[in-house]
Order: sequence, then C-alpha cells, then structure tokens
Amino acid sequence: MWKKIFDWLDERLGLNDLYNTLLDRPEPRGNWWNTLGSASLFLFVLQGLTGIFLTIYYTPSPDHAYDSIQYIMEGVAFGWLIRGIHHWGASLMVLVVFIHMLRVFVTASYKYPRELTWFIGIGLLLATIGMGFTGYLLPWNQRSYWATTVGTQIAGTAPLIGEFILKALRGGPDLSALTLQRFFSAHIWIIPAILMALIGIHLYLIIKHGESHFPKKDE
Amino acid sequence: MSEAISRRDFIKVTTSIIGGIIGAAIGVPAVYYLIDPALREGAKEAWIPIGKLENMEIGKPYPFSFTRVQVNGWERTSTTRGGFVIRNSEDPNDLLILNSRCTHLACTVNWSETDQVYLCPCHDAKFSKEGEVLDGPPPRPLDRYAEFRVNEEGMLEIFYQEG
Ligand code: HEM
Ligand code: FES
Repeated sequence: MWKKIFDWLDERLGLNDLYNTLLDRPEPRGNWWNTLGSASLFLFVLQGLTGIFLTIYYTPSPDHAYDSIQYIMEGVAFGWLIRGIHHWGASLMVLVVFIHMLRVFVTASYKYPRELTWFIGIGLLLATIGMGFTGYLLPWNQRSYWATTVGTQIAGTAPLIGEFILKALRGGPDLSALTLQRFFSAHIWIIPAILMALIGIHLYLIIKHGESHFPKKDE
Repeated sequence: MSEAISRRDFIKVTTSIIGGIIGAAIGVPAVYYLIDPALREGAKEAWIPIGKLENMEIGKPYPFSFTRVQVNGWERTSTTRGGFVIRNSEDPNDLLILNSRCTHLACTVNWSETDQVYLCPCHDAKFSKEGEVLDGPPPRPLDRYAEFRVNEEGMLEIFYQEG
C-alpha cells in the first residue's frame, strides 16, 4: 500500500533520484571537519525558525522593542527558550561558519574547480556576520544601542563616502526609529533572502563538484 | 537477509530517533509559545469598592469613578468608568447605581443639581435622577450596576464585568 503510493509519487517526482544525488552522494573518507558546512546549514534553519517565532511577539519600535523582549522572556510560555536558542545560536553560527571556512582553507578545498564555492562562501560569511550585526540592535537596550552607534561610526570612517554610508545605515545622521526599522527589515528579510540564495548556489556547486578529497603530502 | 542490522541502517535509525527527540524538544515548547495568549484568562470581572455608604446622602446622586488597567502583553491600557449612587432610604439595600456612560454615544453625563437631571454634554440629552431618558437622542435609559454589596467596613462595592 505505502509502497504503491511511494512508487506513484517517485515516478512523477523522482524522489529516489533526489535522494541519491542530494543525500547519498559519495564522500571522501569520513572526517568530522567535513560536517561543519551541514552544521552551518542546520544552524541557519534553526535561526530561521526561532526567528520567525520571535516575530510573533517582538515589535521593532523604540517604544515597544525593549518591553516586547522583556515580555517574551518573562511573560510568554517558553519565550526564554525560543529567544535563548536564537541568541546563542547566532554566536554559534558565526563560529561554526568561520571554522568551516578554516577547514576549507586548511584542506585547500578552494582550488579549481571550487573557487566559486569559496567566493560564495565569503558572501555567506559576510551575510552571517551581517545577521549578527543587525540582530544585535533589535532588543534596543543600552548595550545594543551603543554597539550599533559605534559599529555604524566605524563604517562611517570610510574615505569619501563614509558620511553617506553612515546615514544610509542609520537612516539619518543619528540612531532613531528609522535605524531600528531598517535593521529589522535587513535582519528578517533582506539578509536572509541573500543568505538563502547564496546557500542555494553553494550547495548546488558542492553537489556538482562533489567533495574534495583530503590533499596528500605531495600535492 | 541476516538478522544483524547494517551500519547504514543503524545510522539511519539513530539519526531519525535523535532528530525526532530534538524536534519534539523544540517543537512542543514552540506550540505552547504560539498559543500562549489563547490559554490566558484575563481578569474580566471584579468587585470594585466605590465609597463608604455613610458618605452618601440620601436622595442625592453620589458620583464615583474607578479605573481598570488591562495588561495585554507589554501594553497597558486603562479605562475609566463611573456612575452615581442614589440612595432612597437608610436601608443599605434600597439604592440604585447608574452608569454615567451615556447610552447614545458613550459621553459621560453629569448631575445638574439645579435642574435635577443628568446632562450629556455631547448632544444635550437629559436623564432623570433614576436614569430615564427625558430628552435627546439616547435610545434607552442609563445602564445600571445591578450587583452590589456592602462589606464589613461599610464600603459599597459593585460587581464589574468587562464589556
Ligand atoms: C551560512 C554559511 C555556510 C553554509 C550553510 C555552508 C554550507 C556548506 C556545506 C553543507 C558544505 C558541504 C561540505 C562541508 O560541510 O564541509 C560546504 C562546503 C564548502 N564551503 Fe561552505 N557553507 C557556509 C559558509 C562558507 C564560507 C564562509 C566559506 C569560505 C569562504 C565556504 C566555502 C566552502 C567550500 C570551498 C566548500 C567545498 C569544500 C569541499 O568540497 O571540500 N562556505 N559548505
Ligand atoms: S452621547 Fe450623550 S447625547 Fe449623544
């Protein structure tokens, strides 16, 4: 019975083919360092899910941002858990992505034909850090306020266009409701969309090229 | 087929089990998190003290008001309600408690000692001391707080229900 249903679907969707190419790919000899990309992907999905849940109570307005976070932590059932996962997951994700990059560097896996995978990876690292930067402001507490003040100031020291960058990031010369709103938008729409697109290409390239084998001494 | 499971199947099974446990450990709290507001019961009703009975002159409407604070998430809204107590005799149960909210469009009516009527400032409605409509657009008499009690200290309390 189940087999019939599965066969029917498989004939039309190619489920077995999908499984074989996506999950049953040949891998070089097992190595835990090679799981860090998948760990990054898992964390991305986890951050996405907990982030969506946070938006159910979080309000990106200077009047309510702080109170709404307070409410999530103390008022809502398991709010502390959802926010805790998102909070610690964010730091963990930057760390894991970074170590993933180190392993790709150490095993020299960025070489032909995987240069593009590496470049896309740089975009992924920057976007991940961007998520951390924009997310940090959202609780709108003293720490996040001043971190963003300083962070945008540093971006503002760029020669010639520094002032423009500063205003574009802040939505004006100072931190305001506009800053919070555009950081929120960047954090939940713009950067995740970029991340998703980049991850899609990254994974496509990995499946296309297969995974690099461990370099030998004479390579 | 041999009885022993292969390494492949072992990995598949343990991965699904561990994945299932992690999924449930996050999934179940997530559902509670989502439906949390639906599981709350707001304090929609309460006994509210409005004044000492001994301070209320017989025959003269005694004005009172009270404020209810509602907390919805991180937002607090307060509503002020009020009314008049009209004592007919020394009997602590022989009284009438009117809601001062006009039955037309909810302005607050005031007692006029000179005219012996409640006047609504919005569209000039007049209500009698007992709350009957004498003049103006209101469709029905002033509402009443029907349930009340006097506690041991002689404090008059009304039963208030939201909405
Ligand atoms: C959101 C962040 C990222 C995700 C989700 C991700 C995902 C993955 C996955 C699932 C793999 C498969 C192999 C493995 O796990 O090691 C992989 C491989 C690879 N990643 Fe990433 N990655 C991310 C960031 C980066 C960064 C920052 C770089 C470098 C700048 C990078 C460069 C590469 C390269 C060159 C490979 C191919 C390695 C090989 O074939 O041996 N990735 N990535
Ligand atoms: S609201 Fe009182 S008369 Fe219209």
